[in-house]
Amino acid sequence: MNMIQALNSAHDVMLGRDSNVVAMGEDVGYFGGVFRVTEGLQKKYGKTRVFDTPIAENGIVATAIGMATYGLRPIAEIQFADYIYPAYDQIVSEAARIRYRTAGEWNVPMVIRSPYGGGIFGGQTHSQSPEALFTHVAGLKTVIPSNPYDAKGLLIAAIEDDDPVLFFEPKRIYNGPFNGFFDRPMVPWAKHQSSEVPDDYYKVPLGKAKVVREGTDVTVLAYGTMVHVCLATVEEMGIDAEVIDLRTLVPLDIETIEESVRKTGRCVVVHEATQTTGFGAELVALIEERCFYSLEAPVQRAAGFDTPYPHSLEWAYFPGPVRIGTAIRKTLED
Amino acid sequence: MRDNDAPKKPNRPQLSLHVPEPPFRPGDTPDFSSLEIPPAGAAPKPDITATMAETEQLATGLIRVLDDEHKAVGPWDPKLDPDTLRKILRDMIVVRIFDDRMYRAQRQGKTSFYMKATGEEAVSTAAAAALDREDMNFPTYRQQGLLIARGYPLVEMMCQVYSNRGDKLNGRQLPVMYASKELGFFSVSGNLATQFPQAVGWAMASAIKGDSRIAMGWIGDGSTAEGDFHAGMTFASVYNAPVVLGIVNNQWAISSFSGIAGGERATFAQRAIGYGLPGLRVDGNDALAVYSVVRWAADRARSNNGPAVIEFFTYRASAHSTSDDPSGYRPADEAKAWPLGDPIERLKAHLIGIGEWDEERHQALEEECSAEVRSAQKEAERKGTLATTSIDFPHDVRTMFTDVYAEMPWHLKEEQDAMVAELEAKRR
Repeated sequence: MNMIQALNSAHDVMLGRDSNVVAMGEDVGYFGGVFRVTEGLQKKYGKTRVFDTPIAENGIVATAIGMATYGLRPIAEIQFADYIYPAYDQIVSEAARIRYRTAGEWNVPMVIRSPYGGGIFGGQTHSQSPEALFTHVAGLKTVIPSNPYDAKGLLIAAIEDDDPVLFFEPKRIYNGPFNGFFDRPMVPWAKHQSSEVPDDYYKVPLGKAKVVREGTDVTVLAYGTMVHVCLATVEEMGIDAEVIDLRTLVPLDIETIEESVRKTGRCVVVHEATQTTGFGAELVALIEERCFYSLEAPVQRAAGFDTPYPHSLEWAYFPGPVRIGTAIRKTLED
Repeated sequence: MRDNDAPKKPNRPQLSLHVPEPPFRPGDTPDFSSLEIPPAGAAPKPDITATMAETEQLATGLIRVLDDEHKAVGPWDPKLDPDTLRKILRDMIVVRIFDDRMYRAQRQGKTSFYMKATGEEAVSTAAAAALDREDMNFPTYRQQGLLIARGYPLVEMMCQVYSNRGDKLNGRQLPVMYASKELGFFSVSGNLATQFPQAVGWAMASAIKGDSRIAMGWIGDGSTAEGDFHAGMTFASVYNAPVVLGIVNNQWAISSFSGIAGGERATFAQRAIGYGLPGLRVDGNDALAVYSVVRWAADRARSNNGPAVIEFFTYRASAHSTSDDPSGYRPADEAKAWPLGDPIERLKAHLIGIGEWDEERHQALEEECSAEVRSAQKEAERKGTLATTSIDFPHDVRTMFTDVYAEMPWHLKEEQDAMVAELEAKRR
């Protein structure tokens, strides 16, 4: 399966297993979503389980919260992460805090799915990576898969989680593991090991990172599309790097990170999102606090520039192999 | 005032900006004689299956049952039995006394904040009587009457107001931000309007599951300006959600009058029309009319005839909160001049008029309610009032970190340990 099929399968499995699961969002129902993640599900489960919503992200999230407080487990799609801001108050002031402010009397078992990230010539409004706006908020979990197998297992775990989960899907790798070399032909998921996705129910636990490449020279922390870009970069450079796919940003798997950095003594943090106060800043701070005496060199960041996402200059903006390679070289040379 | 920097186009009219201004400011004599108040009993009562078009005149009129002689007249008379009327009267009295005691407690430094519902008691208590006990409310901070009418223990409410060790919310919420799942009272949010579309979502869920319970969403006139109001109305309309959408128009949003929320050009009930929903404007100080209209909308929603919008036309007689002083923006005696009277006085006069009440019984009831509130206050204060010292907290400080998530993640455990160590260091 490619990532879209895997996500569709996760929906299918959960809609079938739990009558409290509903899927909703703009174009999600009859049409099956602009990226086809919910294709065929309305036909299979009916219009009250999988349905279209008005174009009102605050309304989508607010009504999903209301449904969750009733006892449903809504999966709300925000068509692009760039459109999530009208719902920000409902997510931050409401979903994130309802368990806390009612001392556990109510909770919000809701998943907000949203395609995010660049590399598709989507311009300013279809390319952003707003994950740090949510990792900053107490009460939210933030999950970002990097391959079909994880996408299905993590989405099922997110649906079964009793707290609100932001589930950001790297849309650049929906159809294949884009490695950052934009001028080379794309490899489809079919040639990738993680495209072997079971049809049935399984979970990939939230809060657990995955070492996707073992190595000894430097630890590279990444998530989403950047996992593949980092893997390709270190292969190209011939560096024995340890690449960790974080998979869940909050709660973070700090143990896996610490173990790796203590071993390699060097670390590079990579994300597509703008650099300043990005999630990478948190990672660097944690490593500095917890692994300082194991470090041989300052931790480096490779991230998106602090500008709006430029349309025609996409491949100058995108933190590709050159920027990541520079950061790795810097930490190795220090 | 002409801005000299404005580009001059002599052949075109100079544009001007309208900033709404309330009819009366401090120093003015409030005179509401120009306010259009249709006679009681005049509004027609359509069937609960009526379309928006068949109800359109109800959005601009004012549904009233109690006439000037306090008789119940017209098709909206709910013909309630005297026990139900006395129950609503008692609930209103308890709300008023409770509010007065808690307001004073705040002034005595026993808590940080309080919000009264004085003058609007009929809205929530009569609505509670009209809804089924199982129906779900998504209230604002001025619907404490729902909790009181549904029998929530006053001691529990006061413990919440005091954030003391009896507060089941562990002192996490500002006073009056109650929550009770058992009594169908959703956690009050200080972020205005957020609950309105949530109520619609709850109602949608009830319909998805084929349940029979409905929801009621509450909002104030001021916060109908929020985008969440529009989203709630749209979703309710699109999915024919089994929800009653209540707008409490108490004329004031802190210091801005209803005109700042768009009330100058149309009534708040008329907002419903653009969404194809019935909008019913009701005298919010007339408990019988409130009951009747909420019951109509609830019956409509419960029978799959869809949502309805109700504007409760009332007046916020007290300050917005203990942090507000209305003498800075409206005449001090404006509440007294409000032409729709006091809801408690009106229901009392009605009950006396039909021979089911008298002054003596009323006085006895007031004393009984007052004693009940006083005794609850004593009991609540035994569990403490809001502690403002730096280290003697009413709750186990470690609870600060519980309920952020179902399971506490490592970073919160570390912060919890650090906080405990920090407090130990302070104590040494």
